[in-house]
Amino acid sequence: MNPLKTGRAAVAVAAAVVLSFTSAGFANGATGAVPRDHGEDEITVGIKYDQPGIGLKTPDGTYTGFDVDVATYVAKELGHDPSDIVWKEAKSADRETLLQRGDVDFIAASYSINDERAKKVDFAGPYLLAHQDVLIRADDDSIKQPSDLNNKKLCSVTGSTSAQNVKDKIAPDAQLQEYGGYSECLTGLENGVIDAVTTDDSILAGYASQDEFKDKFKLGGFKMSNENYGIGVQKGSELKAKINTALEKMVADGSWDAAVEKNFGPAGYQNEPAPKIGVIVK
Amino acid sequence: MFDFLQGYDLLGAFWVTVQLTVYSAIGSLIWGTLLAAMRVSPVPLMRGFGTVYVNIVRNIPLTVIIVFTSLGLFQTLGVSLGADRFTVINFRLAVLGLTAYTSAFVCEAVRSGINTVPLGQVEAARAIGLSFPQVLRIVVLPQAFRSVVGPLANVLIALTKNTTVAAAIGVAEAALLMREMIENEAQLILISAIFAFGFICLTLPTGLFLGWVAKKVAVKR
Amino acid sequence: MRKDRPTVLYDAPGPRARRRNVLWTLLFLVALAAVVWWVVVSLADQNQLEWSKWAPFFTDARIWETYILPALKNTVIAAALAMVIALPLGALLGISRLSEHRFVRGAAGTGVEFFRAIPVLILMLFANAAYSEFTDISPDIRPMYAVVTGLVLYNASVLAEVVRAGILALPAGQTDAAKAIGMRKGQTMTYVLLPQSVTAMLPALVSQLVVIVKDTALGGAMLGFSELLASVRPMSANYGANTIACFTVVAVIFVILNFALTTFASWLEGRLRRGKRSTGAVVGAGAVEELATPGEHVGPTDGAK
Repeated sequence: MNPLKTGRAAVAVAAAVVLSFTSAGFANGATGAVPRDHGEDEITVGIKYDQPGIGLKTPDGTYTGFDVDVATYVAKELGHDPSDIVWKEAKSADRETLLQRGDVDFIAASYSINDERAKKVDFAGPYLLAHQDVLIRADDDSIKQPSDLNNKKLCSVTGSTSAQNVKDKIAPDAQLQEYGGYSECLTGLENGVIDAVTTDDSILAGYASQDEFKDKFKLGGFKMSNENYGIGVQKGSELKAKINTALEKMVADGSWDAAVEKNFGPAGYQNEPAPKIGVIVK
Repeated sequence: MFDFLQGYDLLGAFWVTVQLTVYSAIGSLIWGTLLAAMRVSPVPLMRGFGTVYVNIVRNIPLTVIIVFTSLGLFQTLGVSLGADRFTVINFRLAVLGLTAYTSAFVCEAVRSGINTVPLGQVEAARAIGLSFPQVLRIVVLPQAFRSVVGPLANVLIALTKNTTVAAAIGVAEAALLMREMIENEAQLILISAIFAFGFICLTLPTGLFLGWVAKKVAVKR
Repeated sequence: MRKDRPTVLYDAPGPRARRRNVLWTLLFLVALAAVVWWVVVSLADQNQLEWSKWAPFFTDARIWETYILPALKNTVIAAALAMVIALPLGALLGISRLSEHRFVRGAAGTGVEFFRAIPVLILMLFANAAYSEFTDISPDIRPMYAVVTGLVLYNASVLAEVVRAGILALPAGQTDAAKAIGMRKGQTMTYVLLPQSVTAMLPALVSQLVVIVKDTALGGAMLGFSELLASVRPMSANYGANTIACFTVVAVIFVILNFALTTFASWLEGRLRRGKRSTGAVVGAGAVEELATPGEHVGPTDGAK
């Protein structure tokens, strides 16, 4: 065997290794790149994948949470069966982009209505009034009001404004740790190296409602801000009016209350009454 | 043109990067040398431990190690390294993680340096009755270190670049600041250029200087 | 060979040395056991060793199907794409650095030095922001694009050095012989030098793949790329905050994957070094660590000669 042949054989081996690696994944690894053609009955909805009680992808590949229930109800009113809904992950930072590009038809992903966002997208709803709150250990009596957070160890996720709010306005001496996700904060909270996790009370209630956290954590009930969750649609979309109608019906026929009870109930979460469509609580 | 720099502590962030590098470098030099000594020692258990340590650590992503120091060591095992504030704890955890990771590479560099010491030297040392620790300390390691300045310089530069991973647990070093600035300012190209330049300033001179030192101290045979 | 070198560092143990070794073994064992004991007890204290937190990995196939395997697939795709794109780019850069034209040599050299001097995370952050600002790539695959771009920029420059080292490692006689039979520069490169250097580089290439696989985890921690490390988050959200268990499993998968690659690399290297048919030139698996940093490295292929 001459060196030239060894070389070629080696190239072949390398190529084969690389090919076997890629072919395994290419098939559907980049499906997101292909613009979906909307089937007649299909509707694409953006939700959170990692927030228990709000929007969570379960091991079965199904989705649970309040946003999911609301979105399913709305989709049904729009004429789409649950089986026709295509769920898509809408991370906080990506939500406006997803709508503007038309990757999703609407977004229900703990999406607070604010002026800056309203410049880029339209909001139906609101469908839930949440507040910024803290989650603390059930046996922790030292945090009774927001100012008690001074000198405490706060945890939130990177890029979230809630923790910075607390530090800037309410408890300037609080320490702040940021992680990529809330589940990292909870480990620390459980083990006592973190004193409070802060974000919207709905999200916190979702975590506290999980079986393994029952009786371990409680909500502070501080109402440090008003977060009006709306359903995001493309600017000028005709869906907005239809979704509003659907939301009104959901409240009227009691499905709204049922969904709140189902998703937040176990945490002892005192939810606000269903908000009036178009009324944003500042 | 550079108005957007207002309100950002650019030098402070790079200073944290430098501190991370220096502390981790010292730590991994010590722990790495100990590991190398274990790997060539007459005690089989130590040899085994050294081998297993190096093989595991080199094959784990540094990101996993760094995130683990925060979630595992700090949050679960309660190791706060004698600090009370998050900023200090995170910094120390990052140094610990970087040290644990970098030592594996230091160990391998030192071990390859030990292999460059000629057999005759060791035999002579043993012939005059030196014990294993003495052989290492007096004869082998001094020569080995001189021949591994080059490889160790590479490890140091790689370490400097690796400190950016500390951003994953919120240490306020250069990469974290860069991400914050990119999010808040509409000057992507300029911001990236500044940070790239900052790292070039840290890595290139180190490489050149230590390359020169390596040639200077190399054992002429 | 010097494989057995360490053993000449000390004499065959006599009775006293043997006793001393036993003593050291015991001491070390006690220290090791103390650490392990402390870890186990602390973990148990924090309820992290409860079987319910670990059981899903053994009893629940869904945890693998829904979280781990798709995430692992993303890791592998990103790593493979980065390698496949970086290799030809790197070869081009590496050959350019050997060019006779000073301008080509200089340009390639500057590029290589630049990208080796800055952290790959900085490149990824830049690519991510650039894609979101200047292109229309969908947000859900943007992190992967950013990770692959960062990895390609960095690894192409490292691979350029590997290729260059591979070509330089070949005996000068190869070029001389090619010249003697009247081959032009391009022919010498494509028919004589490159094919042989590819063989010589293989261990280094596999070894570099390990580096790439490890670096994909950065995308999971910092860019929201759904790779293996990032799968810890949804997993622990669903299985009762079993963070430690998820982490351990993910780390073990990384170690197994990379250990397999490392072992393959050193097996290849050993085979090539022993091989009688080739030139015996090898760019060893260990060389990539050296070539990964800026500056001229003297004799990365020393071991070959």
